[in-house]
Amino acid sequence: MSAPPLSSTASAAAPSGKRPIGDVILSVQNISLRFGGVRALTNISFDVRQHEVLAIIGPNGAGKSSMLNVINGFYHPQEGKVFHKGKERLKMKPHDAARAGIARTFQNIALFKGMSALDNIMTGRNTMMKSSLLDQMLYWGRAQKEEIAHREFCERIIDFLEIEAIRKTPVGRLPYGLQKRVELGRALAAQPEILLLDEPMAGMNVEEKEDMCRFILDVNDEFGTTMVLIEHDMGVVMDISDRVVVLDYGRKLADGTPHEVRSNPDVIAAYLGGH
Amino acid sequence: MFYREAGQFKASYAADQQIFPIRQDRIAYYTLLAVAFAAVPMVANEYWMATILIPFLVMSIASLGLNILTGYAGQLSLGTGGFMATGAFAAYKLSTWDIGATFGLAEPMHLHMVFVFLGAGVITAAVGVLFGMPSLRIKGFYLAVATLAAQFFLLWLFNKVPWFTNYSTSGVISAPPRELFPGVVITGPMAHPVTKYLFLLSLVVLLALGAKNIMRCHLGRAWMAIRDMDIAAEIIGIRPMRTKLAAFALSSFYCGIAGAAWAFLYTGSVEPLAFSIEVSFKVLFMIIIGGLGSIMGSFLGAAFITLLPVLLTNGPRLLGLNIPVDIISHLEFMIFGALIIFFLIVEPHGLARLWQIAKEKLRLWPFPY
Repeated sequence: MSAPPLSSTASAAAPSGKRPIGDVILSVQNISLRFGGVRALTNISFDVRQHEVLAIIGPNGAGKSSMLNVINGFYHPQEGKVFHKGKERLKMKPHDAARAGIARTFQNIALFKGMSALDNIMTGRNTMMKSSLLDQMLYWGRAQKEEIAHREFCERIIDFLEIEAIRKTPVGRLPYGLQKRVELGRALAAQPEILLLDEPMAGMNVEEKEDMCRFILDVNDEFGTTMVLIEHDMGVVMDISDRVVVLDYGRKLADGTPHEVRSNPDVIAAYLGGH
Repeated sequence: MFYREAGQFKASYAADQQIFPIRQDRIAYYTLLAVAFAAVPMVANEYWMATILIPFLVMSIASLGLNILTGYAGQLSLGTGGFMATGAFAAYKLSTWDIGATFGLAEPMHLHMVFVFLGAGVITAAVGVLFGMPSLRIKGFYLAVATLAAQFFLLWLFNKVPWFTNYSTSGVISAPPRELFPGVVITGPMAHPVTKYLFLLSLVVLLALGAKNIMRCHLGRAWMAIRDMDIAAEIIGIRPMRTKLAAFALSSFYCGIAGAAWAFLYTGSVEPLAFSIEVSFKVLFMIIIGGLGSIMGSFLGAAFITLLPVLLTNGPRLLGLNIPVDIISHLEFMIFGALIIFFLIVEPHGLARLWQIAKEKLRLWPFPY
């Protein structure tokens, strides 16, 4: 078990502070995606750099979720290429992307409703578990050791997200905000290099949003996880992201720091409907 | 009042992850095992053994098998009867296989019964994987219809190809007499019901324990993830194909052993028709009534479906009522059907859920909360 250092006191997180933004870790180039006659994405290129928080914004139907789906292999674009760590990524399945270190959360919560919060988070580590069928049936030696080692890691995530009290509760019974947190925990359990967050704060009240922002920034600081997030709350986006990509009708309007994007005339036109 | 977990602290994850984390549950479980292994064989008569307890245990294995596939992995199947038939015929072929003749030995030699059962399970698992292939493409009711193909094709195969019955003219296979240990006959007409019962009970305990253990390991979680939300499961790195086929394999392994046990330990001789579509439905009802996705539910459901008709038939007589036999058999159907509907309305998640609620209430009793 090679667990990364994870401070046991979550509230005292961010000991290391923000890590400097590194090289390009993922690059999408000239992506075009069509569903029949509908052009979801047209000729989109941008880079994701290591340790950064990149926000993708845009009006509804701009193709933001489709973009994430392309990145984690759920959709296969008709044109364009995706480079992951400098290598061109060929057609791959979502589970291959997960194994390559890309995790994600969903706009509509996609938890496993019949399982407890702990089991949901443990499922995030399934790809790292190797014990055989027979080991598992006997639950001796290897399988048990593995379970306990991964349980320890998951308990640290539970501690970090402050959801100790609900670890054994079936997630179907949890309120919305906590479900979102469990979903983040499940994605974190896989120790991803890149974390795709699809509207992590949708439908939350101000306090819940603040909590979620704190978790996102803490994860970014502490694990150096690269984040790509979609968000509609402009205040949140401007505050937490290092860079912003703006999409509109499947095209890229702008790409830059929050400040640059805010003063971009095209962006203002798209959002305010001016000329 | 006595069912309390207060004061039972868990100091390690191993202690927290055991099957029965509450001490009273553990005691109840070991008591139940002791009763089943020691007290029941002493008390129960041969009729009870041969016609009630043995079929109940056999059906428990089958419903465990289907619960793995449908209750845990979420793949609806109507092929249980076909897979049980495969188990029965595989066991027959394996047990009548003369290894001595195959390898040119002087004396005839046969596979040991334990290996016959295991082999029947493994062969059925392979067949199950084959018929599980459509599950990669289709889901839900459509998959159920696709598994019907397994049900009909397999029965047709065993009916039409005389090799499976060792060219018997009647198409019926009979369990050959075999010993578990020297002097202890477990199959064939000479086998004593108590021996069969104890062998079957050990099999059931091991299989149930194995299933329970898998459900708390990564394979079990992968199945439940596929069941609850297959897209999310795939996106966190679970390979759908492998996971679904593993569910088909293990489920069929259990169903195969159940079929072999049905033919060898319960009826003694069997024809393909004994594993008709009715059996598939029966097992499906068991897990729906007992509780989908619950090991306990598999047993409760099997008990409900196999024991209740016996109770309904014998109940009036035991109460001293003198009702004609034909009326009893009609009443049995009516009461049985009404009870199924009643339970499904009261608790759609099955008897296992009722049991769980009862336990939660008991923890607080006599206080309201």
